[in-house]
Amino acid sequence: MRRGPRAILELRRHSLVWPLLTLLAIIIVDCFVNPGFLHVGSRDGHLFGALVDIANRAAPLMLVSLGMTLVIAVRGIDISVGAVVAISAAVAATMIGGTLVIENGAPVYISKFPMVLALLTAVVVAGLCGMWNGALVAGLSMQPIIATLILMVAGRGIAQLLTDGQIVTVYYPPYFFLGSGYLFGLPFSLFIVAFVLAILLGLTRFTALQLFIQSVGVNPVASRLAGLNARALTFWVYTFCGVCAGIAGLIISSNVKSADGNNAGLLLELDAILAVTLGGTSLAGGRYNLWGSVIGALIIQTLTYTIYSIGVPPEVNLVVKAIVVFAVCLMQSSAFRAMVFRRGTALGAEA
Amino acid sequence: MDLQRQPVLEMRGISRSFPGVRALHEANLRLHAGEIHSLMGQNGAGKSTLIKVLTGVHAPDSGEMHLHGQCIQPVSPLAAQRLGIATVYQEVNLCPNLSVAENIFIGRFPVSRGKIDWAELNREARDELGRLGLEIDVTASLDSFPVAIQQMVAIARAVSMDSRVLILDEPTSSLDDDEVEQLFSIMRGLKGRGVAILFVTHFLDQVYAISDRITVMRNGECEGEYLPAELDRMALISKMIGRAYVAPSEAAAAEEKRAENARDSLMSVCGFGRRGLMQPLDLDLRRGEVLGLGGLLGSGRTETARLLFGADKADSGDIEFKDGIHNNTRPFSSPREAIRAGLGYCPEDRKTDGIIAELSVRENIVLALQARRGWLRGIPLKQQRTIADRYISLLGISTPDAEKPIGKLSGGNQQKAMLARWLATDPSILILDEPTRGIDVAAKQEIMEQVLALCRKGLSILFISSDLDETVRVSHRVAVLRDRNKVGELAGSEVDEGSIMQVIAGSEI
Repeated sequence: MRRGPRAILELRRHSLVWPLLTLLAIIIVDCFVNPGFLHVGSRDGHLFGALVDIANRAAPLMLVSLGMTLVIAVRGIDISVGAVVAISAAVAATMIGGTLVIENGAPVYISKFPMVLALLTAVVVAGLCGMWNGALVAGLSMQPIIATLILMVAGRGIAQLLTDGQIVTVYYPPYFFLGSGYLFGLPFSLFIVAFVLAILLGLTRFTALQLFIQSVGVNPVASRLAGLNARALTFWVYTFCGVCAGIAGLIISSNVKSADGNNAGLLLELDAILAVTLGGTSLAGGRYNLWGSVIGALIIQTLTYTIYSIGVPPEVNLVVKAIVVFAVCLMQSSAFRAMVFRRGTALGAEA
Repeated sequence: MDLQRQPVLEMRGISRSFPGVRALHEANLRLHAGEIHSLMGQNGAGKSTLIKVLTGVHAPDSGEMHLHGQCIQPVSPLAAQRLGIATVYQEVNLCPNLSVAENIFIGRFPVSRGKIDWAELNREARDELGRLGLEIDVTASLDSFPVAIQQMVAIARAVSMDSRVLILDEPTSSLDDDEVEQLFSIMRGLKGRGVAILFVTHFLDQVYAISDRITVMRNGECEGEYLPAELDRMALISKMIGRAYVAPSEAAAAEEKRAENARDSLMSVCGFGRRGLMQPLDLDLRRGEVLGLGGLLGSGRTETARLLFGADKADSGDIEFKDGIHNNTRPFSSPREAIRAGLGYCPEDRKTDGIIAELSVRENIVLALQARRGWLRGIPLKQQRTIADRYISLLGISTPDAEKPIGKLSGGNQQKAMLARWLATDPSILILDEPTRGIDVAAKQEIMEQVLALCRKGLSILFISSDLDETVRVSHRVAVLRDRNKVGELAGSEVDEGSIMQVIAGSEI
């Protein structure tokens, strides 16, 4: 894509311009409310500041949004991601647990199972959840919203089953690195996001995955007749979405050092769908935009931060959020823009 | 016909441009009361745009329209409808899940005492259809009727709104002969009632069968207005394509047919069928030949094609390839398998089964090739462009560039791109299902010439067309289907319309 034709570059620029402007607008508001908003300082070799904090907190949402982007691109939707976050968190937390023992006179934390095994199991279980969704949608041709509703409801039950209905607290410091550790001065969670995004962008660049996903999203019937295996593709896309949710669950539970089957990742699916939409991917399927979804997730997290920092009472903060989101959606709607700008062009034509 | 009479509708000097395209330039059209006026032109000649201007979908950049001598400027299809200009499109634009009566009166149900008067609604609907000579159950849902009836319901709806101008945009393209005749008698009835009918079609026979006047368009301009008697077919085609029309050489065709028996078999299927869809049939496809599938609408032509290609799975039968590109006698269970074995399939319904509308011409062209390579080995962008550009110039696809969404191209160009998609996979067998439907005469000829040229290079083609004349012209052999059953096969000199009709009609040869 280094030297693609102008038209493509312009189109891409065009599709990202609204999400970027939105993000910029919210940041400008923040700068007025909090003059130190843009300040990034360094402490113990870690960068800190509002921007770093927002990016760190947005990491799970970014991951889930990336998975959701592909699901939406194949004309689907996955409303079970929040529940999958809870399941993955529960698996990791119960497998690690952590107890303090005194070894040779020094306190040492030990985990129930090796941490790597726990992390892998959690991600694999999340992947199985995605496969379940994929099998229902691609194999049984169920409506995606209904198919994933099953796991959305059942998933929280499964998570509580795993944790015996309790909030499992983790006492194993190495695990906290995922959600609150730093690498090269930046939060480690951002490297996870960057890693997943890099894989996706690499696949887009070097394989035909994007062509196939978009083709199936626009016209599954014609895609099958052109030789694509639309079902398998859909299945794996849901699986990938599950894996993304699983990794997000690890980051979230690591960040709060516990797993809460009821509340981990609550309503995350809606934020993810919103992030994808804000990023310029149409819910009708087809063309998708990975960078857009990342920016969409940042918009949502920045917005949440802003609402808290301008002192909106917690009781009404969802209302404020809804209003802002509504305004943003209006601005991004081409029909609305045409309505607003038509007056201008009509006047121009008369002159 | 009195030319001096005041026309009901007159469009003068209509121009309309879209970014990069001048769709209409100073176009004129006159419609008189009680006449059937055919609008002819190639794809991209501007017929659709002219109709869209007339029905308020697009506003003209310049020019004026007069209805009953008054200047009109419809701003939406609804506004045009209120003025008495009704349109029936090629694809029926009604609600398939509502009843016939509801469809006819949707948005203006008769009301009594604050409730919908269903009895009155159904009675009026029956009356309306009765006037068109159609007696059907108006309470049944629309999708329980064949497309032809649905189209007539659409016409009934248009007429019931007291329309003085009725536009029929390719209404006959999915109808069989009887249905066309029924439609024509309705059109004649409406003409008798003083309705001005604008008839758009690609079928020349129909134009001459029913038109009182013909307007020919080319490159967004009006070539002229003619009486059918003044303009014979050759002249009409020449005016549409803007150059002399050369009928395909009979001698060359005969020569090819003579060479027929020398060909060796490439693929033969035996006892191929699927319960409830197609009776078991045998077919033998030879290298470098065009095998036509003859038969009426619904005789099982498309079903046969889909079974062969694995789009629907055959539940009986063997398939055998002579040169070992596919070492299995099992029918294909998916299009993927068929494509690996060297087949390609241009489906009948381009819009739903063929094109990926939002993707670019380039992406559409490389899709099947990429699918065969698998998702891991992506074709580099540069190579994709080379492939796309090669076929764009080879097949003469008219598009500003390869990155344009294919949905924005005209039907003929979409069809060429579909052809390009399969040619890019270098197939040994190509199944063409109605490759020339909805395409103008010149593009039709171009596409058929391309196909025959490929055949001479060794490609085998299974050819399906409702146009019997076309089937006869290109096919070396014709397998005839009737009621989802293969009833005969004709080869060489036997292939002519008469004998095919005979086989279809059921008399043995």
